[in-house]
Amino acid sequence: MSDLIKIKRGVDIKLVGQAEQIYATVDQADSYAVKPEDYQGVKAKLLVKEGDEVKAGSPILFDKNKESVKICSPVSGEITEIVRGEKRRLVAIRILADKETKFVDFGKADPGSLDTAAVKDKLLSSGCWPLIKQRPYNIVANPERSPKSIFISCFDTSPISPDMDFVVHGMDKEFQTGIDALGKLTEGKVYLGVDARTNPSNVFTSCKGVEIKKFHGPHPAGNVGVQIHNIDPINKGEYVWTLSPQDVIIIGRLFLEGKYDAQINIAVAGSEVKKPRYYKTRIGASVKNFLADNVSDGKVRYISGGVLTGTRINSDGYLGSFDRQITVIPEGDEEEFFGWISPGLNKFSISRAMFSWMMPNKKYALDSGMHGEERAFVVTGEYEKVFPFDIFPVQLLKAIMVKDLEAMENLGLYEVVEEDFALCEVVCTSKIPVQETVREGLDLMLNELGD
Amino acid sequence: MKLFKNLLASVKPHFEEGGKLEKLYPVYDGFATFLFVPGHSAHSGAHIRDGIDLKRTMITVVMALVPALLFGMWNAGYQHYLALGLNETVTFWEQVGFGAMKVLPLVIVSYSVGLGIEFAFCVIKKHQINEGFLVSGMLIPLIMPVDIPLWMVALSTAFAVVIGKEVFGGTGMNILNPALTARAFAFFAYPTFMSGDKVWINTSLNEGQAVADGFSGATALGELATTGSTDIKPMDMFLGNIPGSIGETSTVAILIGAAILIYTGIGSWKIMLSAVLGGLTMGLIFNGIAEFMISPEQQGFMEVPYWEHLIMGGFAFGVVFMATDPVSASQTSKGKWIYGFLTGMLCIMIRVFNPAFPEGVMMAILFMNVMAPLIDHYVVEGNVKKRKKRLKVKTA
Repeated sequence: MSDLIKIKRGVDIKLVGQAEQIYATVDQADSYAVKPEDYQGVKAKLLVKEGDEVKAGSPILFDKNKESVKICSPVSGEITEIVRGEKRRLVAIRILADKETKFVDFGKADPGSLDTAAVKDKLLSSGCWPLIKQRPYNIVANPERSPKSIFISCFDTSPISPDMDFVVHGMDKEFQTGIDALGKLTEGKVYLGVDARTNPSNVFTSCKGVEIKKFHGPHPAGNVGVQIHNIDPINKGEYVWTLSPQDVIIIGRLFLEGKYDAQINIAVAGSEVKKPRYYKTRIGASVKNFLADNVSDGKVRYISGGVLTGTRINSDGYLGSFDRQITVIPEGDEEEFFGWISPGLNKFSISRAMFSWMMPNKKYALDSGMHGEERAFVVTGEYEKVFPFDIFPVQLLKAIMVKDLEAMENLGLYEVVEEDFALCEVVCTSKIPVQETVREGLDLMLNELGD
Repeated sequence: MKLFKNLLASVKPHFEEGGKLEKLYPVYDGFATFLFVPGHSAHSGAHIRDGIDLKRTMITVVMALVPALLFGMWNAGYQHYLALGLNETVTFWEQVGFGAMKVLPLVIVSYSVGLGIEFAFCVIKKHQINEGFLVSGMLIPLIMPVDIPLWMVALSTAFAVVIGKEVFGGTGMNILNPALTARAFAFFAYPTFMSGDKVWINTSLNEGQAVADGFSGATALGELATTGSTDIKPMDMFLGNIPGSIGETSTVAILIGAAILIYTGIGSWKIMLSAVLGGLTMGLIFNGIAEFMISPEQQGFMEVPYWEHLIMGGFAFGVVFMATDPVSASQTSKGKWIYGFLTGMLCIMIRVFNPAFPEGVMMAILFMNVMAPLIDHYVVEGNVKKRKKRLKVKTA
């Protein structure tokens, strides 16, 4: 197979508010949250109570089904609040951070000289393990397995996403060490997917012990699911693990420094952010400080993550455990007078039914409006334009809607997760809640067939 | 705009739970969302959405139909005065005016009957009102002869909406194209009003008028089916100043519509192209085997140059506006190619072989509507097999 893979179907939605490549500084967040629901497939049980003191790396939660999987605190401090929702469902564990972070010492080690079991042990005990996700289902990896391969997508093509090359700059050693550790976990290969449209950072290109594949094309070319599908598709009974580059670096630091250092670089972006910049912080930080005096007036929507897959939060919310971006866009809850017949110059559309096609290079400040109501599937061939898989997306969704497990399996649900369908949801004329439906399908399969 | 907002706000309480007209909420909702696209913002999944919705899609198709509609109006008047031998003395606007007087009532009847039934179904089923009929309501009059009585249009429309669509669950669930269902109903229920050489032109006479000598109201297909030849010139068929159903005659007007549909990405160019290829293929085959036919009429019909079929009768209209209906056509990309190609082939085949149906396109599309799920089934099965094979290769 050639090292350059061209992705033809997809679309780059051009938005205003891309973060400028500068690290801005604000007061470090004093409050952090661990949200158990971010860790799909984990039945979380508490290990702490309000008032407990924790260090960075102290376990906070464990998985009832796989007790070795622990979720650890990203900072040192005091557990201030355990937030519960309906039926005492665990929503978040809030931690008031110390000024100076104290770390649990897990001991330095050279992953090259450790065996698989020792690497696994270290990842599990330090709380780094849940950074690894398993496909199918997009859940936290099962430590009793050895995946057929590990995939790391080294670029993000979704709109106004953080530039991966920029955020990993200078962390060659940490990245390489992380890769060395991950290499012990699979008998197959570790793949890096890099962007052929830009000049990828040498953190990725000079990495050893990996197979580098170049991808050229519009979003979702940067989605790890697309990359897996093109290189080594997942069949029934097979497992692939995926990580993001910043998580590899956290794992690298564990081996180099012996601590769970959940430091990450995030982008604060979106049309309503006055100065879109990058910031250094830790997983689960309160977003308050990044947004103070930095958001335009008017009704806005705060998102932990990107516009396609992120989660809606409040202005005093917390960064999701796997999110490396905060986005602020206008809230679109205004009625539009004869909106369906207006020229639509400020509306994005992959069809040319909006007259915005006259401005192909226009950058949009899109709001969160649905621009229509939910309907039955009518238009066909629409999802296929933005879905670069050899899978029939509408047929798969219909199989999920009628809960037909066999059809779901046959049509390729093992190979996709919610984010792969994000663009289908964006372009849908019938405004079908596509990502929610895919998640329902994955959960149904997970419950019926086990991971 | 404020006026409408206040008006809606003032009547809304009557339609809400407990109000006097609670049961008619879908009707209120239909009007309210027609005036104002509701300000819903994304509550799950992606936070930004495409500007398009079903209303926009449907209205784009209606726009694409407007050239055919306008041309049809003029042509109805033109043909009328031609039959009377009066075209020398009347103006263009008199022709348009006469045509409009004939065509607009059909449009109004089709919309009011169709939408009335849709509203009634939505009220009974407590559904939101779907936009599907916006297009069907325009298509139905365009595929009817100009002289059809209004009550027949009303009855066909009612049949199409109830049996063709609502019994299957409404917009998005129907198997057959509703507009063609209406035409098929009229065609089989009232054949004398839907075929022959009397129905295509209005020859109502005022005092002192008479039909011109030597006037024939037959369509090209009608003539070909009975005599094996037609005097209508290809250029006229292309421009459309010939007898025929209201919207189908002008290939030019239809091509403008096709351009709008393809450029906006709303109509499937795959279906249109493959249907044209299918039609040409069948035409070529007939050209090749014409000499072996026994009856001279059949031979004459088969010898029609293969490309002329594209501009004759309802082929162009059917292929551009009816075969591409996304609900009743094939849904997979490969399926669309097969579906379109067979539609084109069948259309010409029915046209030439069966003199009872000189207009083959209606039967061809309805037949392929029925076949479309089967085509899709095998296309999807192919994908499933590929996936299973991949697994087998791995484990072997």
